[in-house]
Amino acid sequence: MTLMTKFLGASAALALTAGAALADPALVYDLGGKFDKSFNEAAYNGAEAYAAETGGAYRDIELQSEAQREQALRRFAEAGFNPVVTTGFSMSTPIASVAADYPDTKFVTIDGFVNPDEHPNVLSILFSEHEGSYLVGMMAAMASESGTVGFVGGMDVPLIRKFACGYAQGVMAANPDATVIANMTGTTPAAWNDPVKGSELAKAQVSQGADVIYAAAGGTGLGVLQTAADEGILSVGVDSNQNHLHPGKVLTSMLKRVDVAVQEAMSAGADLETGVMVLGLAENGVGYALDENNEALVSEEMKAAVDAAREQIIAGEIAVHDYSSDDSCPVLNF
Amino acid sequence: MDFATLLQVLDSTVRLATPLLFACLAGLFSERSGVVDIGLEGKMLAAAFASAAVAAVTGSVWLGLLAGIVSATLMSAIHGLASITFRGNQLISGVAINFLASGLTVLIAQSWFGQGGRTPSLIGGGRFTPITLPFAEALSGVPVVGPIYAELISGHSILVYVAFLMVPLTWFVLYRTRFGLRLRAVGEAPEAVDTAGVSVIGLRYAAIAICGLLCGLAGAYLATGLQAGFVREMTAGRGYIALAALIFAKWRPWYALWACLLFGLLQAVALRYQNIDLGGIVIPVQVMDALPYILTVIILAGFVGKAIPPRASGEPYLKER
Repeated sequence: MTLMTKFLGASAALALTAGAALADPALVYDLGGKFDKSFNEAAYNGAEAYAAETGGAYRDIELQSEAQREQALRRFAEAGFNPVVTTGFSMSTPIASVAADYPDTKFVTIDGFVNPDEHPNVLSILFSEHEGSYLVGMMAAMASESGTVGFVGGMDVPLIRKFACGYAQGVMAANPDATVIANMTGTTPAAWNDPVKGSELAKAQVSQGADVIYAAAGGTGLGVLQTAADEGILSVGVDSNQNHLHPGKVLTSMLKRVDVAVQEAMSAGADLETGVMVLGLAENGVGYALDENNEALVSEEMKAAVDAAREQIIAGEIAVHDYSSDDSCPVLNF
Repeated sequence: MDFATLLQVLDSTVRLATPLLFACLAGLFSERSGVVDIGLEGKMLAAAFASAAVAAVTGSVWLGLLAGIVSATLMSAIHGLASITFRGNQLISGVAINFLASGLTVLIAQSWFGQGGRTPSLIGGGRFTPITLPFAEALSGVPVVGPIYAELISGHSILVYVAFLMVPLTWFVLYRTRFGLRLRAVGEAPEAVDTAGVSVIGLRYAAIAICGLLCGLAGAYLATGLQAGFVREMTAGRGYIALAALIFAKWRPWYALWACLLFGLLQAVALRYQNIDLGGIVIPVQVMDALPYILTVIILAGFVGKAIPPRASGEPYLKER
């Protein structure tokens, strides 16, 4: 019995210290996993940058199944973490059902959308992937000699179609006679991790004349980039800077600055402003990657054209159509 | 569809059918001996990881291949221990193998390479490169036959040719050797084999060892032949499609070849033409993806012929009660 009391006392003390660590931020990774070389890893890098800069601590968790989403949110909220940052569009529904129970905790959903009128303590961060894809589309069209470029998507969801549509518009802007071959890997989550299928899709596109291929497909994209390098054509990476994977063979990468979003949300702490935030070209939320691995591939002319287009998009002179706004794309048939 | 496109689709078919064929023949040996093997997927995955990891560290694809075979055979041994020696449920043991491989590969990859469950990209001697068969260049000018030889038959990695040679070899072993006869017998009537003084346990272990070897080849082909490295869950259900092909082929080697080529062709066509337009009716890509399973269900339901598994399959052998 005394032993039991000791244990209870110890755990109560632990619970108190956990509560004392008030207002540390927490981070929930989506099912892709912390080190996916792409989306979730960018979130992790952002959190690490926050910790390095402020000397603060944070907690994180990798989800293993759908059922853990709500549970993880409640655990963090009850332990006093604030704000609770989450990645992936699948987190928006669990947040919507949890947020009202913890009005003092701020929740952040990256890529997801929660109605700010119903849930005033939630910040939805969205990226204008179509704008970034537009820029890399222009570069792809200018780098292409055959006038045919390819797109390989992962799972066929509106978000990926948004990438494809922005890309196709950029290609058409740089070369109106160009052909865009767009393929999706599959319709199940397995489509994010099937590099063999990615390779075959890339090979099929190469045999149809494509000489630049943009992969927005998670792990499947690694197969696309590999095959492109083997076949001697160019590829375009996604989310994180993937230029280093095959130096001299990856034309550029469409960057999505999830790291910046996470770092800023964590730095703001409990005073985080909620609502809906859209990070586009103007906010440097999306962009294209230029480093020593691809500088030989990007000509001055290409860079000038893309930077001009970037300015025009920011100024509102070029309107890039967003697939998710009306579920259709003017220049590409799926 | 012109001739060049047809050749490209068939070329893709061969590449996609090869891992299926290895896994299907692996399942054939195991199930013909009376051990149901749903763990083909896990063994392939383990082999894919081991081959990529060893090839990345040593820079030799042959050592990688060896490691792949060893790891798949170890997985087979676990399956054998659980289902042959301890007479456990073969399905459950197989499912456990799949889970074990799925978790273990990512865990070890993360702790060794720290790249999020991937292995580093293989370069140079770490990969199987395509082989150009003799006279491929010279013959490519000949109409029809030339392109078929140069593009379709030549230019694959060595494991592809090994896979196709495995089919007659499997047929020969099963139907023309003493070992093959005993293997088939042990899957149909183990008590008869036992009465004749041949070890049931020994035969079944031999069968699953061959199964492990073939799964090792399948996994190594995925990671070091088709790809240049391991990515988590990279088998993406191919073990299950191979199992479907095995049932479709009614547990016979030559039919296994045709079943795997058919399933490979379906995948290749689905990848090349996302939505097929047949004069007004559009077949969505999902139909093509599901077709292998639909065909298997049709065969199982007995609409086209009847798929009868080996009689003793799934039953652990018990000498006396």
